[in-house]
Parts: sequence; structure tokens; C-alpha cells
Amino acid sequence: MTLLTLTDLACDRGGLVVLEGLDLTLDQGQAMILRGPNGSGKTTLLRTIAGLQPPVAGQITSDPDSIAYAAHSDGLKATLSVAENLEFWASLFGTSNIDRALTAYDLTELKSRRAQALSAGQKRRLGLARLLVTGRPIWILDEPTVSLDQSATTLFSECVRKHLFDGGAALIATHIDLGIDAPVLNVGDYKLQAAKTRAFDEAFL
Amino acid sequence: MIRLLIRDLKLAVRAGGGFGLALAFFLIVVIMVPFGVGPNSATLGTIAPGVLWIGALLACLLSLDRIFATDFEDGSLELLATAPLPLESLVAVKACAHWLTTGLPLTLAAPLFGVLLNLPGPAYSTLLLTLILGTPALSIIGAFGAALTVGLKRGGLLMSLLVLPLYVPTLIFGAEAVRRAAEDQPATTPVLLVTLITLASLALLPFAGAAALRINLR
Repeated sequence: MTLLTLTDLACDRGGLVVLEGLDLTLDQGQAMILRGPNGSGKTTLLRTIAGLQPPVAGQITSDPDSIAYAAHSDGLKATLSVAENLEFWASLFGTSNIDRALTAYDLTELKSRRAQALSAGQKRRLGLARLLVTGRPIWILDEPTVSLDQSATTLFSECVRKHLFDGGAALIATHIDLGIDAPVLNVGDYKLQAAKTRAFDEAFL
Repeated sequence: MIRLLIRDLKLAVRAGGGFGLALAFFLIVVIMVPFGVGPNSATLGTIAPGVLWIGALLACLLSLDRIFATDFEDGSLELLATAPLPLESLVAVKACAHWLTTGLPLTLAAPLFGVLLNLPGPAYSTLLLTLILGTPALSIIGAFGAALTVGLKRGGLLMSLLVLPLYVPTLIFGAEAVRRAAEDQPATTPVLLVTLITLASLALLPFAGAAALRINLR
């Protein structure tokens, strides 16, 4: 079953169109790796798919309630504990079991520690654990392995593999090799040939 | 929704959340006024309704820019926007949390501070009533202003400029009601007008705030 389809998609960043003519389909159990040099529009594409900004042209076909998005920042509250942070997101997404997410990212021992006392890698692991409590099939991940060490990266790859096995899908922008069997989409190929700007006042409408 | 409210209240009460800031500011204003205008109790009684309302309003303004800014900085606003929660309810919940942590304590403390300003006896119940009816408007208008300026660095000044004119009607009718009550005149009309402003703001501004957030998150 196809979970996500992009047809002839174009997206802009700061009024400048960075990508155009992008077609993509993501089926159940399928992952796709996005690659491309810095500034090629990976984040812009992912934000557009997540619904944070409208596309300039083209169509995104998916169930709007099926996407879980993880950005560069993890959205953690420093004064809440690891468990409280996860419980909040779980209840917001209508799920309740955070133990599986804690175990998957080896956070059980840190459960009652405040998020401000975590290291950068531990914070990232907590941010990724949030995806597991959302219970949503499509994961849109923006450089998920930043500040993760080797073993945590392996934990992450296992999680993605399990998610795919369970019928989910993932779209991952990354610069490293995750060891996941997935096709690679080079975002740089869809770069706009001539610079095209959008009408200035459109940004205000 | 209720979980978001609980989280926000928890964050406000924990260290660095800024709970009590508004109350402390209100107290300072009320304590400083008699030093400034002199201890003449007749003068203080005359200006007390206005001072109490201005104090409450400025105290409210003090914590507005934190409504969305902290969530924007740590990235949770983007994640909240992609969560199964309409942005309209997000704005409403945030305003509600702001009211519970500033508006409500201010309202409850105001009669106590009224004593410091020698507020005439009959005005206390009206003061409590107008504040409890008027401060929700301050919070929801503030949430709208905060939503408009959420992406800006140091947007506090701009937000104050945007929000203060919208606060003026509430201030005028709120203070007027208390003044009338202090002079033993009927205060029903200004109280009704304060209620009207609050109800209209609560009905319209969550939608305006959500639209502003949508643009600022692009």
C-alpha cells in the first residue's frame, strides 16, 4: 500500500524556489534516504511534506494524520524528566506506552533524569524515542543521527528496520550510511536551473 | 489539550518558569505608588482603581513573549504544529495556561493590594469581578500578539506596541467599573462591556493567532 506520494513537487525557502519537479512514492515497509549537499533543500522538502509550509507547486498525497516529523531540534523541555517529556508526546498523540520507546533507545536508566542534565547524544535519543510513541506510520526524519555515537546509531537503524517491518515507512535525510536497505534520492538532482523567486507579498497572505 | 495545559503549568511552576514574576511586579508597582504620590489616603483612594488595573495589565504584559518563544526556541512548537492538535486549540490552551499562571493569581492578590492603596470598601467585590472577567482577554490578546511576533529575535518591543492598543478598551472599562463602585455608583454597564470584550476576544483571537503561527512557522 502506498503511504505517501509526491507529484511534480516544488518547494521554496525564504521566497526562493529550491526544488522542483520532484516525484516520489513511499510504500509500506519502504524507506528512502535523501542525500544532497548542504543547502540543497532536504530540510525544506521534509518540512513541506510534514505540512509546515505549503508547496509552491505539485501535490502531496498522504493521510495528514499519518506523518511523524523529527526536526533538527528535539523539542525537549529542560525542566521535565525524560519520562515526562515522552509521556507528554505520547498522550498528545493518543498513545500511552512509553516503555517500549525507552527500551528501544536504552533510556530506561535515565528515565527520571531532567532533560537539561542529558548529553547531546542522549537528548537526540530521547528526541528519536518520541517517534515511537507517536504511533504514526510515516517517519520524516531530518538528520536523525547528528551527535549520536556508533552504538546509538545502530539502535536507531534497528528501530527504523523494525518500524519498516511493522508496515511503516521512513524518509530520512542523512549524510552517513545507516546500513538500511533503502533507495537513495539525491535532492541535488532537482535543483532549480534558473533562480525563480516568488512574488514578495505572497509571503504575507 | 488538557495534557498540554498540564505540561505548561508544570513548566511554569518549575525553576525558571517565571511563575510569580507577574505577581512580584504587581506588588512592586502597588508598593511604589504611595511613595511616589505621597501617603495622603484620600488621593490614594481616588487613584487606586486605575493603578490596580494598570499594574495588573503591565504585569500581564511582562510574561507574554514567553507564551510561544520558549517552545519556538527548543523546536517543540514545530512538533506541536505537526501533532494531532489544531493550532487554534494550541493558541487557546497557551492563553489559558498564561491566564492560570498570571491572570488568576493577579486577580486573587488584587484585593489584598487594594488595601495598600486604600481602595474604598464597596469597590473590592467589583475589583475582583472586573479582573476575573477582564484578565482572560489580556491573556488571549497577548497570545495573539505573541503568535504574531514568535519568529522575531527580541520581538518583545514590537509585541508590546501591537498588544497595548488592544488592551486599552479592557483597561478603560475595567478601571471605570471599579471607580464607579468606589463612588457608590452603579457599575453594571462597564462590567458588561469588559465581559463583552473578553467574550469577543475568546471567540475570535484563537483563529487569528493560529493563522499568525502558520505564517511564522513557514
